[in-house]
Amino acid sequence: MPTIDLAKDDLRALNQQLQTAARAVAEAQSNETQWRIDNPRGSHAIAVGLDGPIAVTVGGSTGYYCAGMNKEASITVEGSAGPGVAENMMSGTVVIEGDASQYAGATGRGGLLVVKGNAASRCGISMKGIDIVVHGNIGHMSAFMAQSGTLVVCGDAGDALGDSLYEARLFVRGSVKSLGADCVEKEMRPEYLELLADLLERAGADARPEEFRRYGSARQLYTFNIDNASSY
Amino acid sequence: MCGIVGLFLKDDSLSPRLGGMLSDMLVTMTDRGPDSAGIAVYGAETSGGFKITVQAEDPETAFAQLAEHLSAATGQPCSLAAKSTHAVISTAPDNAAALISHLRESHSDLRIMSTGEAMEIYKEVGLPRDVSTRFEIGAMGGTHGIGHTRMATESAVTTMGAHPFSTGADQCLVHNGSLSNHNSLRRKLQREGVRIETENDTEVAAAYLTYRMQQGRNLGQALEDSLDDLDGFFTFVVGTKNGFGVLRDPIACKPAVMAETDAYVAFGSEYRALVSLPGIDAARVWEPEPANVYFWER
Repeated sequence: MPTIDLAKDDLRALNQQLQTAARAVAEAQSNETQWRIDNPRGSHAIAVGLDGPIAVTVGGSTGYYCAGMNKEASITVEGSAGPGVAENMMSGTVVIEGDASQYAGATGRGGLLVVKGNAASRCGISMKGIDIVVHGNIGHMSAFMAQSGTLVVCGDAGDALGDSLYEARLFVRGSVKSLGADCVEKEMRPEYLELLADLLERAGADARPEEFRRYGSARQLYTFNIDNASSY
Repeated sequence: MCGIVGLFLKDDSLSPRLGGMLSDMLVTMTDRGPDSAGIAVYGAETSGGFKITVQAEDPETAFAQLAEHLSAATGQPCSLAAKSTHAVISTAPDNAAALISHLRESHSDLRIMSTGEAMEIYKEVGLPRDVSTRFEIGAMGGTHGIGHTRMATESAVTTMGAHPFSTGADQCLVHNGSLSNHNSLRRKLQREGVRIETENDTEVAAAYLTYRMQQGRNLGQALEDSLDDLDGFFTFVVGTKNGFGVLRDPIACKPAVMAETDAYVAFGSEYRALVSLPGIDAARVWEPEPANVYFWER
């Protein structure tokens, strides 16, 4: 397994090397699929823009924007991640063994983000198709303006969960400090238990689907209401 | 952006290394703000004296014979130790008030950076590494300290606009963010007789905390009060003679990471600032909660 030591090697060179490796595997020109990065020491933008099915293990904590724009790759951080981890992910899997800072998974369009610790504020802000599973708690304003995808929280959620929500599905096992504008609790139906069971298993989360409550959009904010016609 | 670092020692055996550790942490944060940098160090040895740190544009002229002038003017002995554009004037605590008013009235070529029994503030325009080298921060020992590297938003890039700001003896504050009600709050505080010297938003926050503490609140309570009275974005790190506090506004956009071991409590705008601290791999590392006052005392 190729190992890159960030105590010695340059970050830009690292990303170039990983991006090239990911493309080569995607185009069946290489079978070098397992990569390791040592001494990340909180550096920014580690393993960003990967576009191919390689697996990258980061041996420590990362700074801003780790695993951003990920496509197909599996990235595991053996520590905590700074702000904006897996931002705008398209597909693939990102696993954070520790905690994630604010706006984890922001604007993500696909793939699975797993945070084994807690996630801070604005987790899944403006998510557009990504699935996010947080084993611990999430902070305030999470899933703000979330459009589609699924956010699963095994712990508690902070203030204003799902404010200005579109069609993303939110599941919380613990308490919700407060719901944001236009976010309401909804009935848990069999198809959601099935969806949850699958996501929890893929995320290695020790929780039962029946323990969760479902939240979603009341659809009052983003749909036109005929009673307001005279205001326009 | 701006970058903040702070270090509060619980284990005195690290005291000789305080300046070195703090300085390394601040240099790591250089790309969060290249405009100016500053460090407040709370020295381990206070020896019953009082210190006034002053800054001069023309230190050679301003500091020459200054100690003799001040001793003669106040009638009590004053000594001076110059470091580049800054000098620490030491005197007896009961001479401090007279000395400070004399400096303000008769020495327009000097700016007072800090006053107190333990704290010295060094700050200048420039990069953290240059500022740290210039003032030999790496060689300073102490119990706790706070550093800041600035990307200016609310006032000009000058020495006086650099952080940390001090508005009371042994009190200092650094700030990442921007306050939107600082002008009205500055006017209110000035009407109450509070001295504020710059157009900077952070100085108003520092003065507000000093004012609340003068009214009998402790630092923790004053920080609680600021959640109601300050409008804007902030991550604050504050120091007092024996204490170290952290507060983020309720929105908490401005980043903050803390680490605690048996030997220290450390603050960084990013985890990068903390990675070289001893025992960091085994430290408890967390992000301070929004609108939650954190405070440690020796």
